[in-house]
Amino acid sequence: MPLGIGCTARPGQSRNNKTGSWRVYYPILDTEKCTKCGTCQLICPEGCITQNEDKTYAIDLDFCKGCGMCAEECPDKAKAISMHLEEK
Amino acid sequence: MTMQIMEGSIAVAETVRLCRPQVISAYPITPQTHIVEGLASIVADGRLDAEYICVESEFSALSACIGASAAGSRVYSATTSQGLALMAEVVFNSAGMRLPIVMGIANRAISAPLSIWNDQQDSIMMRDSGWLQFYAEDNQEAVDLHILAYKICEDHNILLPAFVCFDGFILSHVYEPVDIPEQEAVDAFLGPFNPYQKLDCNDPISFGMYATPEYYLEFRYEHDQAVKRAAEAFKKYGKEFAEQFGRDYSELVTQYKTEDAETILIAMGSICGTIKDAIDEMRADGKKVGLLGIRCFRPFPSEDLRALLGNAQRVAVLDKNVSLGAKGAVALEVKDACYGMDLPIYDYILGLGGRDVRKSDIKNIVALCEEGKGDMFYGLREEVL
Amino acid sequence: MRELRIHGRGGQGSVTAAELIATAAFTAGVFSQAFPAFGVERRGAPVQAFVRFSDEKIRLRSQVYEPDYVIVQDSTLIRDVNVFSGMKDGGIVLINTEKNGEYNVPAGVKVIAFDATKIAIEEIGLPITNTTLMGAFAAASGEITLEALKGAIEERFPAKLAASNFNAAKRAYEMIKEGAF
Repeated sequence: MPLGIGCTARPGQSRNNKTGSWRVYYPILDTEKCTKCGTCQLICPEGCITQNEDKTYAIDLDFCKGCGMCAEECPDKAKAISMHLEEK
Repeated sequence: MTMQIMEGSIAVAETVRLCRPQVISAYPITPQTHIVEGLASIVADGRLDAEYICVESEFSALSACIGASAAGSRVYSATTSQGLALMAEVVFNSAGMRLPIVMGIANRAISAPLSIWNDQQDSIMMRDSGWLQFYAEDNQEAVDLHILAYKICEDHNILLPAFVCFDGFILSHVYEPVDIPEQEAVDAFLGPFNPYQKLDCNDPISFGMYATPEYYLEFRYEHDQAVKRAAEAFKKYGKEFAEQFGRDYSELVTQYKTEDAETILIAMGSICGTIKDAIDEMRADGKKVGLLGIRCFRPFPSEDLRALLGNAQRVAVLDKNVSLGAKGAVALEVKDACYGMDLPIYDYILGLGGRDVRKSDIKNIVALCEEGKGDMFYGLREEVL
Repeated sequence: MRELRIHGRGGQGSVTAAELIATAAFTAGVFSQAFPAFGVERRGAPVQAFVRFSDEKIRLRSQVYEPDYVIVQDSTLIRDVNVFSGMKDGGIVLINTEKNGEYNVPAGVKVIAFDATKIAIEEIGLPITNTTLMGAFAAASGEITLEALKGAIEERFPAKLAASNFNAAKRAYEMIKEGAF
């Protein structure tokens, strides 16, 4: 990629950097247990949890670094997210 | 051409008006104050359609200029000394972002000790920032170099910011005749600002992003290449300037009676005028002395100087600055440019912090140079050391 | 090239005087240059301002050390500052004083001492003597005309102030011309 003048960049460049490859543990979201409170989306440091049109949540594993904050913060009454060792 | 007599600062402010900047942001500081006061009045009186952004510091002033320039405006600021020092981080940022900002520098000494008087340490402090640096010998040059600076900086092959330096008090506060060009002529020469790229909500970009070790070296290389290309742009637009305004700026180095000169003085800024008068008197006494005035310090005109010094027997560089522990900045550059030539080059640090430089001082320096004495602070008052 | 050095105190308008004299000279077709020597920027502190007149473009930037003319706005400065320093033979010094004193001036220097403060108070209502001394300078030196000085004063000050200042300048001009000092 040639350099731009003034070190300018178009937005969305970080999409090219798929941080999911760093992951050791990966999250699984149990949609049956999920109360759709949205806490996981709020606290995800990568912004890789999004809400679908049917109000359910999805985790984009291309960018999930496996930090486990979503599993930790998912409220006790649901505990819908669990972390699992990635097989590489 | 209509000559008028006015203060240097007002001549600069009126010229900036003719360049039609859309945003001006500056913080007042002696001896630059009259310029920004003048511009504030010009904007308030409706003589220039621009945003005048009042800020709380020089850091903010140049930061505002970065935003405005990146958003596609022609912008202006002015400062000096401590103000420029406070701007330091933003000076480097604006250059790295390749924004064609023009900033007037009413050259002044740097603290401590506190001095409001003239030398050129302030702009020299920023010599490695990647800004272009032009130095005016008189107020006409201060006026003309502002117009020329916009033309060079905004060239899409250059895209760099520039200092237009003129000695504080000595030029900023002197009343002398000056030709302020006509608006039509400046419009014809500059045209409206045509940004190479700009901040646009509908087509977003970011300026000055970070560069990893795989890219930083290349960014610096390209920045350096752009600064070097500015030498040709200066000459090209300096020639066009002559066609439009009748005053020639096609050379980075001005020459005065150098053709047959045995001793050549090299200097920068208003001191060149005093040197020319001294040269006339020395020539009347049979001394073959000449002057090369550095009009463009960044990029440094190394090749031009090598060619112009070919027949000299000795060189005296007069520096109104000092790189403490080394030499004056101009002398260091001249010695580098002339490396390998059989030519003695002596440095004289003088005129710091407003110390007056007289014709007799110039004659003394030529005498010292002829004796092979140099690389020294000239004019020290031994009784206070 | 002829050179003028003005000695005054901060607030007396020495810098303005230099600027207006240079403006008047330039409008009459002479190259001129005016600049101040800033010391401590404070009311009452001794200040100097300089003017050069030449038939050619002026390049010299140093201060004035060998003046053809000196203006002393405040005679008390003579105790503290060598106001006559370097004056040329045939030079003229204008001193604002209410006393008839003897001055230790270099050989060949003509002294014109008169009470500019009195004229300024009577004409302008303020003890600001710069315009009065400008009128006297025009008469004594011939470097600027009274008409050009009028233009420079009118360009700088609002109409009413310009009129009273010019009256002061004119009175001093006529007084010097008539030799009544």
